[in-house]
Amino acid sequence: MSFVTGVGLTSYGKHDGLSSLDLMSNAAELAIADAGLKRSEINGILCGYSTVSPHIMLATVFAEHFGIRPAYAHAVQVGGATGLAMTMLAHHLVDAGVVRHVLVVGGENRLTGQSRDASIQALAQVGHPDYEVPLGPTIPAYYGLVATRYMHEYGVTQEDLAEFAVLMRKHALTHPGAQFHEPITVADVMASKPVAVPLKLLDCCPVSDGGAAFVISREATSDRRVRVRGCAQAHTHQHVTAAPALSELGAEIAIARAKQASGIAISDIRYAAVYDSFTITLAMLLEDLGLAKRGEAAARVRAGHFSRNGAMPLNTHGGLLSYGHCGVGGAMAHLVETHLQMTGRAGNRQVRDASVALLHGDGGVLSSHVSMFLERVR
Amino acid sequence: MSGESGGWTKGAEAIVYQSCNTCGARQYFCRSFCAACGSPDLTEKRASGAGTVYATSLVCRAATPETRAHVPYNIVLVDTEEGFRMMAHGDSDLAIGDRVAVRFTQFAGRLVPYFARAK
Repeated sequence: MSFVTGVGLTSYGKHDGLSSLDLMSNAAELAIADAGLKRSEINGILCGYSTVSPHIMLATVFAEHFGIRPAYAHAVQVGGATGLAMTMLAHHLVDAGVVRHVLVVGGENRLTGQSRDASIQALAQVGHPDYEVPLGPTIPAYYGLVATRYMHEYGVTQEDLAEFAVLMRKHALTHPGAQFHEPITVADVMASKPVAVPLKLLDCCPVSDGGAAFVISREATSDRRVRVRGCAQAHTHQHVTAAPALSELGAEIAIARAKQASGIAISDIRYAAVYDSFTITLAMLLEDLGLAKRGEAAARVRAGHFSRNGAMPLNTHGGLLSYGHCGVGGAMAHLVETHLQMTGRAGNRQVRDASVALLHGDGGVLSSHVSMFLERVR
Repeated sequence: MSGESGGWTKGAEAIVYQSCNTCGARQYFCRSFCAACGSPDLTEKRASGAGTVYATSLVCRAATPETRAHVPYNIVLVDTEEGFRMMAHGDSDLAIGDRVAVRFTQFAGRLVPYFARAK
């Protein structure tokens, strides 16, 4: 058994002058206070990575900087799935009795700490160094390839994809910490500059500064009892060239394993937090996870299904697409928002019922997947 | 096959793959063993350069000065007739399902495979 006892999140966007360690520290401070704990009670630390400040021992660098001497600490690297992978590991660590309170933290000054070109270039290296990277692909191009194929097989259009950008922006408008505060329309998305066809600028998440953290504990530390009900991973490939067919991707495998581990069915889910690096990522994952039928996720967006007042509220903070993407912390914001929703603390974004939530993360080019169910325990 | 090991990735005008003599699997990313069965008994072969377009993405925003000089350029995934998938460049108007044939071109100071519709 494990509980998410505290969450912390900075605003995303520009944090001039703050380092990755500063952003991690700010988020960690918030999460520990939220859990009602003292720093000295944290005895495990898991952290992600920083492309701006790479280090072979980031967890101990952070622990020293933050002032903690943990009994267990190391970094984890599975791209965009890192936040949920760390949460899964923390769940098993406290469940196995290795440690009592694990601080999970990610943060990076990816926007102001390096040029956009440097960010794009660093991320493109998830491609194969000999067989892909010399061809000059970018992360949007890897996902652009997936998008053209998905659109071809399931009849999805660029206008369909644009709906996801519009929805995430609409949600971000209600969160003061989001990077973007201007509403957008499908026409705006369609008219935005092409990046890697069919993906246009507004189909892509931004580069951001920010930090996020959680505390995962063996017991609840307050009456806000949010429990990890079950989780699972799947890793089918690293490079898009070696990816399996669209019907055999890791999201479907991970969710099937998570359902098995938790006994939860899709019909039990009341809130969804799904990785959305690009509009195609969100469209595909929703359909892979079973939150919409093949080719029908956009129609569900149009019908309000994934809106705050809809049947399956989705990424109510605005997701990577509009809250922002600071690397490892990016998708951790999804879990922070889920926790706020589950504990009735989401203010003007509060949904009616978030008692059972599905979270899903994706790293690489749909390479690494983590599915997780959280449950509010009364 | 001497002098062609690695094919275009080593500057030779060839697409090279490995065929496993134990299980028959074919792999494009060369290594010292078969990723399907673990056998070290592999034969390196040269692909015909014919295939079918699996996916495309026209890159309009590049990240380095060398690649920016080529924008826009079309990244394609091609299913070769030998049965493996590869990434390459191709004509900007290629569509999924098109039958294509390879030639080689220079990109950002390197030799890369480039596909056009088969005649």
